[in-house]
Amino acid sequence: MTTRVGVVVFPGSNCEYDAAAAVTAVGAHSDFVWHTATSLDGLDAVILPGGFAHGDYLRPGALARFSPVMTAVAEFAAAGGSVLGICNGFQVLTEAGLLPGALQKNRGLTFLCQPSLLEVVTSNSILTSRATVGATLSIPINHFSGSYTCDDATYERLVANDQIVLRYVENPNGSRDAIAGVSNEAGNVVGLMPHPERAMTALLGSSDGRVLLESFVAGKLATR
Amino acid sequence: MKFSVVVEVSLRTGIADPEGATIERALPALGFEGISSVRAGKCFRLNVEASSEAEALERAIALADRLLSNPVIEQSTARIEATA
Repeated sequence: MTTRVGVVVFPGSNCEYDAAAAVTAVGAHSDFVWHTATSLDGLDAVILPGGFAHGDYLRPGALARFSPVMTAVAEFAAAGGSVLGICNGFQVLTEAGLLPGALQKNRGLTFLCQPSLLEVVTSNSILTSRATVGATLSIPINHFSGSYTCDDATYERLVANDQIVLRYVENPNGSRDAIAGVSNEAGNVVGLMPHPERAMTALLGSSDGRVLLESFVAGKLATR
Repeated sequence: MKFSVVVEVSLRTGIADPEGATIERALPALGFEGISSVRAGKCFRLNVEASSEAEALERAIALADRLLSNPVIEQSTARIEATA
């Protein structure tokens, strides 16, 4: 059966078409879900795409977490549904408390838009279940507030529970331990700052995002 | 009664503050010597309907914890500025 992926659209999202195209490219079906939706019935997975939800006013994700759809996303995640936050979507998931930590302004206060090399840290997440641990992927970044921050206790939990999903090979933004992506404890909710949906074809520089999207639409974690 | 409340949100101690650090680095070039520990933050002014100053502050802090700040990296304080 074809996997049905909902791509949430907030006012100010701008990567929803890329995310939908990427999902389609790996054989799944995509539906846009407006941020006022209160139900995710019929969907197998959900993506919160990049952009500037609600203008990023106050803080990235601070207002988006109160959009009606986020209650449904939280219930969906709690029931074990696959949820992926890319860039702004990652910021929304941390603000909503569905992922640990926070995304701070980049070290050096520079907006970064460049290819980045990522190391796959674990295959124990819905984003990396088909990736090889230790493999290096070239995936672009495009953000101002992407410096992953958390306190020591949270960091120790991330390491102990294998929740660090991806690390930058060269830390571009001052993220703690060069973290580029993390998961929740169960591994079914993942957020990352880089944009795998923009690395789907060699013609555009890299197809390394495919293995991540293929993992995501395949769903189902082996064991955790 | 209406109270004018000021809420200040700043990064928690120990959390890197690239904005404050950048401002601090720029100061000597502008001739401002002897200024250190610059921390950047946000300031919000609100009119709060409440029966007492204490209640106004309590409501403002609740709002600050839930929306105006991200408690993972930020802390907030509230003070009464005036009776609006």
